[in-house]
Amino acid sequence: MTIIDQLADIEQAALTALMKIDTSEAIGEWKSNYLGKQGAIAKLSRELGTLPGDQRPAAGQRFNAVRAALDEAFASREATISSAAQHQAFGQDAVDVTLPGRLPVVGRLHPSTRVLRMITDIFADMGFQVWESPEVETDTLNFGLLNIPEDHPARDMWDTFYVETAPGAEKVLLRTHTSPGQIHAMRAHAPHPVRVILPGKCYRYEQVTTRHEMMFHQVEGIAVGQHITFSDLKGTLIGFAERLYGVGTKTRFRPSYFPFTEPSVELDVECFLCKGKGCRICKQSGWLEVSGAGMIHPIVLRNGGYDPDVFSGFAFGMGPERITMLRHGIDDIRWFFSGDERFLQQFV
Amino acid sequence: MRIPLSWLREYVDVTIPIDELAERLTRSGLEVETIEHIGGAQAELPWDPTLVLVCNILEVSQHPNADRLVLATVEYTLGSNHTVVTGAPNLYQYKGLGRLTHPLKSVFAREGAVLYDGHVAEKVKVTLKGKPVRGVMSDAMLCSEKELGLSEEHEGILILPDDAPVGMSLLEYIGDTVVDIDVLPNMARTLSLVGMAREIAALTGQSFRLPNPTVASSGANANDTIKVSIAAPELCPRFTASVVRNVTIKPSPFWMQRRLIMAGMRPINNIVDISNYVMLELGTPNHTFDADCVAEAHIVVRNANVDEQIKTLDGRTHMLNPSHLLVCDTTQPLSVAGVMGGESSEVSDRTKNVLVEAAVWEPTIIRRMSTAFKLRSEASKRFERGVDPEMLELAQRRLCQLLHDYADGVVAPGLVDVRSAPIRQISITLTSAEVKRILGLDFTATKLCDLLTPLGFGCTVNTSDSLAVIVPSYRRDVSHTADLCEEVARMFGYDNLPSTIMADELPAQRTNLALEHEHFVRDVLSGAGLNEAITYSLTSLASAANLDPAEAEATNYLRLANPLSSEREYMRRAILPTLLESAAGNLRERGSTRLFEIGRVYHRRADAILPAEPLRVAIVMAGQRTNASWHDASPEAIDFFDIKGVVELLCERLQISTIRIAPSDADSLQPGRAAQLIARTAIGEVVIGHFGELHPLARERFAMPAVRVAVAEFALDTLLELANVPRYTSISRYPASSQDLALVAPVMVSAETIAASIRKYAGAALNSIELFDVYTGANLGAGMRSLAYRLTFRSNERTLGDDEITKLRAKIIRGVEHETGAKLRS
Ligand SMILES: [Zn+2]
Repeated sequence: MTIIDQLADIEQAALTALMKIDTSEAIGEWKSNYLGKQGAIAKLSRELGTLPGDQRPAAGQRFNAVRAALDEAFASREATISSAAQHQAFGQDAVDVTLPGRLPVVGRLHPSTRVLRMITDIFADMGFQVWESPEVETDTLNFGLLNIPEDHPARDMWDTFYVETAPGAEKVLLRTHTSPGQIHAMRAHAPHPVRVILPGKCYRYEQVTTRHEMMFHQVEGIAVGQHITFSDLKGTLIGFAERLYGVGTKTRFRPSYFPFTEPSVELDVECFLCKGKGCRICKQSGWLEVSGAGMIHPIVLRNGGYDPDVFSGFAFGMGPERITMLRHGIDDIRWFFSGDERFLQQFV
Repeated sequence: MRIPLSWLREYVDVTIPIDELAERLTRSGLEVETIEHIGGAQAELPWDPTLVLVCNILEVSQHPNADRLVLATVEYTLGSNHTVVTGAPNLYQYKGLGRLTHPLKSVFAREGAVLYDGHVAEKVKVTLKGKPVRGVMSDAMLCSEKELGLSEEHEGILILPDDAPVGMSLLEYIGDTVVDIDVLPNMARTLSLVGMAREIAALTGQSFRLPNPTVASSGANANDTIKVSIAAPELCPRFTASVVRNVTIKPSPFWMQRRLIMAGMRPINNIVDISNYVMLELGTPNHTFDADCVAEAHIVVRNANVDEQIKTLDGRTHMLNPSHLLVCDTTQPLSVAGVMGGESSEVSDRTKNVLVEAAVWEPTIIRRMSTAFKLRSEASKRFERGVDPEMLELAQRRLCQLLHDYADGVVAPGLVDVRSAPIRQISITLTSAEVKRILGLDFTATKLCDLLTPLGFGCTVNTSDSLAVIVPSYRRDVSHTADLCEEVARMFGYDNLPSTIMADELPAQRTNLALEHEHFVRDVLSGAGLNEAITYSLTSLASAANLDPAEAEATNYLRLANPLSSEREYMRRAILPTLLESAAGNLRERGSTRLFEIGRVYHRRADAILPAEPLRVAIVMAGQRTNASWHDASPEAIDFFDIKGVVELLCERLQISTIRIAPSDADSLQPGRAAQLIARTAIGEVVIGHFGELHPLARERFAMPAVRVAVAEFALDTLLELANVPRYTSISRYPASSQDLALVAPVMVSAETIAASIRKYAGAALNSIELFDVYTGANLGAGMRSLAYRLTFRSNERTLGDDEITKLRAKIIRGVEHETGAKLRS
């Protein structure tokens, strides 16, 4: 048997043995058995010197080729084995990904806060800044200066909580709407133009039911200047409706009545629940009331410090709770002020 | 306002489908709330026009086999003879009379007709089927009002008037549509059929027909028999009276009753019904007195005397004073003017002669009286919104005509008509420029005239861009050019006006830091795991006392004069009581709670009638620190340090440094687990609020389970004033070196004292200080505590050497030991 034949036998035996190996310990042993300094190939190579000189270079090349082949086979087998080992380790480390995660404890904002922010953000983009005014007001500010004198039938529109005051003192009440803020804001700005949004809590003397609360939020906006028209009011409210309910939202402007605006208007948007076909929520009308608005009444402008022959302006108001209820399908307004976390946790 | 279409058509032609009309009305400010169909295809109970018919009952005889049933012979087309079995009690009296000399008109339903079951309370539809009833075949029915869906009445069959045409379908005879319209306070002119018709005529381009009744009169002139004196002319601008003699009190005619019912009023008798009918038709409330009860036939309109009384038709007695207005005779009050009649002159079955009043009153006096006496009536509703003073004469003619026709009255010629104050006519100049300024659209004077004239405004075009507008007497709501602009916009169509983006100068913009910070605090607190609540601003003293009995001092609170309930009677002075009530509910329902609220509280001020409304933030946390899960089945319970962590986070996020935390002796908090937040300000130290664990007694008063409840309430507006913008500090490129230091000191030496001392002696090289262990144990000695700190040193300029750190450590230990008495733990 020649050295070359022996080498071929060793190569064949090594490759056969390698294919059967599947642990990192055994492959290490294999490596030292065949490729180590005392391995089979090293031992055989020592016999190269016995070959005739002219055969040595070819035999040397053959040895190198076999070594390289076995090195490569080793690397490949080792990669397979370690990959299998890692795979097994991963298997042992695997989790049931459907098990619940570790939830960070994060609280939620009140849904009314969210909607108030949406509304004020939309109007901020149109140049309206937030203006806040007191919740406890005088009868004069809540009604009188807004062109709602005592004994006016329009007073029926606002059931009022009055605050106990000394006999003969001016009547004090919980504001029934954010509109007294109009007067505050106008007086603070006149004779300069004003464009503000007035969010806040309001109160009505009303039995609490699923649809009515004694306390609620309102957002009111006013714009007063020398060139403000009813058409501007329409454009502003349509802009708002398209921001809140999507571009192309259908709107309807209906004449209405508020003592502090003339002309007065009610803005309806197409019911987004039934797309105008009529459903329980829109009382089959296909429309949802969104905002009461109008051109500020000349008397109110004058009370705010503006000359109504020179200045004009519009005002609008809306109820964030109503918008919130429609947005989220809430059927009972009483949850809003319950502080019940089963309710609060449902929002984002 | 309920408008039966058949009635409306007397005054205006309705040429468009009802749904289209409803939309037009809604879009012009008369919001249609419901459309009710009676009998028609869209009705809840449609009357089949071939099966439900007007019939004649020719004969009534006893059922051969049943005492309580009768057999009616019915003619429903000319010459037909159909036997119907019925138990209607109102037919018993005709039994055995043979052919009725005066046949009865009723409603006949044939087999296949769908009707309501008269025998059950609910509205259940049944289809009429032929079947023998006690041996007699019955395949048709005589109907009660209930079976036809007209009312709940099922005592007997519906008897129609004699002129009802036999064989006509009931649908054709009395089928109708009623439109219910929400009339706003400025739309008083439409609180009548003619008013609504006038509006509809203008909106649809149809002509309007005002009725013009003629009255046959005889006998003495009313002006010679009665006298009217107005002692309060400013409160009663016009008063008219007429006299009708020899009236017969009886039910009003069927058609009138139908109209009243459809309009939402209950028929009473002919006199009352005629009065209501004319009010609904013309919008003129009126009153009928028993003329023989009017002393000296002299009506006096005057203010009440002190301590005068009147008993009104509803049986109540009202105490009067001179601010009240009465219609009296020479001896006593007869009615509360425009609000309700008195019993003494009430029309009764014995009444022979009536005096009919139609007047207008100053709206505010009516409102004041109807409010004071809680007498809101259809009349007062109209008077307080304003009644057309020029409609009175027509109303009197209509009243007299109906009393003549349906109460057999003899109408006295003449109308007593006292105009005590001139009716002011309003004239307004309207220009195209003004309309453009308010509405944003150009209209010529001619166009404006075309829009306003159909509504009854008297328009005279002066120039191409100016017109004079005379306001009709029924438009008391119009007094400014703005009112006319609304009418122009309404007639033009709100939806037809342009929509524009404001081109006016943008007002000066300013910062609103307080609001931005308030939003930020909401975000910080919700990020810290707290849910935002909004609780009622209204509360009770009992609730305030639950937190701290000393807080239940009524004189400190704003109290409602008209609370809805004792639970919501006072304006809150603090947020925590209402927030704790919510928290208690959450603890019961979920075993934990983490809430915050930002809102105002209301503090009475000695020098002002309005309270201060400072902004507060309140926090409540209790129960498990995190939700129990498979990761951690029983998380630890929240305690003092959870709320303190939130407070520290809040101050850090707001970059507040001018603040310190110190022990608190607040009564609502558990002693030893109570702290206060103190701000250093230009005017000295200010307490911003307290936090800690709720006192167990308070916790029990709120009915909370025995867990630690961590609470806080701060003056948010004060806190926000201390906020700062973060300053960047440069980040070192050099490595850090850390040292652990355990110091033993008496427990009464606060952790903050020791930490402050470390910081002082460590100087600028100290990068961070972290307390990582607190230990008390017998081996330290009684009353002693070990605090272990990890100090990290780092320089921005160089790497700190080991010997440098060693020296610094020794310096810190010496300094702290000297300053605080602490000793390095051995
Ligand atoms: Zn809908």
